[in-house]
Amino acid sequence: MSDNRQPEPISTKALTLRLLALAVGMFGFGFLLVPIYDVFCEITGFGGKTNAEAVTNISTTADESREISLEFVTTVNQYAPWEFHSELDGMTVHPGGLYEAYFIATNLTDKHKIAQAVPSVAPQQAAAYFKKLDCFCFSNQEFMPGEEKMMPVRFVVDSDLPEYIDTITLSYTFFDTARLTDNSVEMAHPGHSKQ
Amino acid sequence: MSGAITDAHADHIEHDDHGPTKGWRRWLYATNHKDIGTMYLLLSLVMFFVGGSMALIIRSELFTPGLQFVDPAFFNQMTTMHALIMVFGAVMPAFVGLANWMIPLMIGAPDMALPRMNNWSFWILPVAFGILASTLFMPGGAPASGWTMYPPLVLQTGDAFPFLIFSVHLMGLSSIMGAINVIVTIINMRAPDMSLLKMPMFVWTWLITAYLLIAVMPVLAGAVTMLLTDQFFGTSFFLAAGGGDPVMFQHIFWFFGHPEVYIMILPAFGVVSEIIPTFSRKPLFGHDSMVYAASSIAFLSFIVWAHHMFTVGMPLTGQMFFMFATMLIAVPTGVKVFNWMATMWRGSMTFETPMLFSLGFLFLFTIGGFSGLMLAIAPADIQYHDSYFVVAHFHYVLVPGSIFALMAAVYYWMPKWTGHFYNESLGKLHFWLSTIFVNVTFFPMHFLGLAGMPRRIPDYSTQFTDFNSIASVGAIGFGLSQLLFVYVVYQCARKKGEVASQAVWDNPRGLEWTVPSPAPYHTFATPPKISSDAAFS
Repeated sequence: MSDNRQPEPISTKALTLRLLALAVGMFGFGFLLVPIYDVFCEITGFGGKTNAEAVTNISTTADESREISLEFVTTVNQYAPWEFHSELDGMTVHPGGLYEAYFIATNLTDKHKIAQAVPSVAPQQAAAYFKKLDCFCFSNQEFMPGEEKMMPVRFVVDSDLPEYIDTITLSYTFFDTARLTDNSVEMAHPGHSKQ
Repeated sequence: MSGAITDAHADHIEHDDHGPTKGWRRWLYATNHKDIGTMYLLLSLVMFFVGGSMALIIRSELFTPGLQFVDPAFFNQMTTMHALIMVFGAVMPAFVGLANWMIPLMIGAPDMALPRMNNWSFWILPVAFGILASTLFMPGGAPASGWTMYPPLVLQTGDAFPFLIFSVHLMGLSSIMGAINVIVTIINMRAPDMSLLKMPMFVWTWLITAYLLIAVMPVLAGAVTMLLTDQFFGTSFFLAAGGGDPVMFQHIFWFFGHPEVYIMILPAFGVVSEIIPTFSRKPLFGHDSMVYAASSIAFLSFIVWAHHMFTVGMPLTGQMFFMFATMLIAVPTGVKVFNWMATMWRGSMTFETPMLFSLGFLFLFTIGGFSGLMLAIAPADIQYHDSYFVVAHFHYVLVPGSIFALMAAVYYWMPKWTGHFYNESLGKLHFWLSTIFVNVTFFPMHFLGLAGMPRRIPDYSTQFTDFNSIASVGAIGFGLSQLLFVYVVYQCARKKGEVASQAVWDNPRGLEWTVPSPAPYHTFATPPKISSDAAFS
C-alpha cells in the first residue's frame, strides 16, 4: 500500500517469519526442558533422585563417630502383581561405611514378568550423598512365574552428608514394565481393567 | 505513467466501497477483521454457555452432600471440560475477537496484517472444540484428569485421550497464529505519528499478551506431545518406570500455565484502561507506567510457575524464590490498580453499564489478587493447596476479572459495532444481578477451602453443606442472569436501541471514535492524521 504509514522497520513477511521461528523455537525449548530438568535434579538432588549407575572409586572408611538412621519404604505401583518388601525395616549406618541391604519381591502371577524398581531418597538434600555401588534398580529384573527373588543394594552414605541430617528414608517403587515393552491396548488403558 | 497510477488509485477506492459478500461465503471465507472479530465473539459466547452449563451440573451435584445426579466419573469429566472450554473456548477467543475488531480501529489500520491467516486461526477453533466435545460420547468418556492433564492420571483417559491432545494442539495453533497476526499488525500498520508509547492501553496489553502466547503455547504443545508419545510410542518422559518423572510434567505445564493466566487477564487490564478514562472524563493516569507495569507482569509470569506446586516437595530455597517472585507481581499490579483509582480521582464520573462492569472488575479482581497473595505464602499454601480456597481465588480473577472486563468491553464498543445503543436499564440490571450472584457463588468457597474442603470432588462432608448450597444458588442465579446479556446483545444487534453518534460516549479518546457508527465494513483505507497533542486514553 503506497501511503505514509509508519516506516516499516521490518517487512511484514520478515516479521511474520521471525515470530513463526520464535514459536517453533519455543516448541523445541519445551523438549529442551527435559534434559535441563534432569541435569538440575542431578546437581541439586531435587526430587530425591539418586545415581542411576554404579558409583566407583569411593573410599569406604566408616566415620564411627556419627550414626545415621536409615529407613526403608517399599511401594508397588498400581495393579502391579507383585509382593515387595525389604528384608529389614531399617538399619543404622555410619557415614562412609559400605553396607548391603536386601529387598525381596515375588511374582504373584503365573506369567513371565519383568519389573523395574525406581529409588528415591528423602529428605531430598540427602539424595546426592546416598551413593549406590550396586543396585537391583540399575536394570530390569526378570521373574519366572511365581518366582521369589532376593535383591541386593550396596551403598555408602557419603561422609560429607550435612550435619543436620540424621535420618534418611530410602524408598523403592516397583513397576511392571509391561506398559513400556508391550503396547497392547489393554495395558495402555489400565483404567479400563476396572470397568 | 502518472495516468496508470491514478487509475490504480481509482480502482482502489472503488474496491474499498463494495460491501461484504452475501451469504455463507462472507463468513467461511472471511478476511475482514470485523467479520472475523464478530465470529470470534459469537463462538466464545456459545462456549461460555456450554462451559457454564457444565458448571451448573457441577453446582447442582454439590448442592447437597451425597451423590444425586451424576456419577463421580462424569463429575470429573465436567470439571475438566468446564475448565478447558472456559479457558480455551470462552475467555481466550473473546479477547482475540476484541483484538480483531478493535486493534485496527485503534491504530488506524485498514485491517489485520495477515487476513487469510486470520481466517484460518478462527476456523480451526470450531474444529478443535468439535473434537473436544465429541469426547463426551466416546468409550471411557471425556477427559477427567482436570484441565492440567497431570500424568500418570491423564494417561488413564479412555479413547478420548488422543482427541484431547489434538484439540489442545489445534487451540494452540489458533492462538499462535492469532498472536503473530496481532504483533505484525501493531508493529507494521500503525498510523503515522503513532509511536509505540502513544498506543492505547488495550493495544499495548494485547501486544504483550501476543508475545506471551507465542512464548508459551508451543511449550504446552510440546508437553502434550510428550504425553502422547508416552502413551502410544513407548517413550518415558513422565513414566517413572522408564526413568521419567511425572513431576517434570507439572514444571513444564506450569511454565506454560502461569503466563497463560496473564494471557487471560492482561487484555482485561487493557479494556478497563480504556473505559475508566472515558467515564471519568480524564486521561488515563500514568499511561507509560501502565505499559511498564504490564511488561513487568509479563516478565515475572515466567519465573513464578512452581507456586502452583509447592506441595510436590521442593528445596527450601526453591520455595522461597517462588514465593517472593510471586509476591513481587503484586507491585506492578498495585501500580495498575492505583493508576485506575487515580484516573477516577476528581473525575466527572458517570456510571453507564461499561463503567459499572469496570468498577466491578476493579473491586472484585483485587479481591482475587489478595487471595492470590495468600496462596503465594509457601508454608500456608500447604494447607490451602487443592482446596476450595484455590477455586475461589481463580474464579474471582477469571469471572469478575476477565469475564467482567469482556462484558464491559462489549457494552462499551457495541454501539460502535452496531450503530445503536443497548438497553441501558437492562444493561445495569445485568450488571447488578451478575455482581450479586458472582459473589454469592464464589465468596463462600473461600470459607469452604479454609475449612478444608478439597476441590474436584462430587461429594463432601456434611459440615460443608450450607456454604455449598449458597454457592449453588448463586451459580444458578449467575447463569440465568447471562441470558439477559444475550437478550440485550441480540436487541442491540437488531438495532433496536437509540442511534449512536460517531463519538458514542462523551468525548472519548481514541481513533475508533473517529469513524462513523456503525463502523463501515472498510475503515482507514487511508491512514488517519494524528494531532501531535493527541493523548490516547
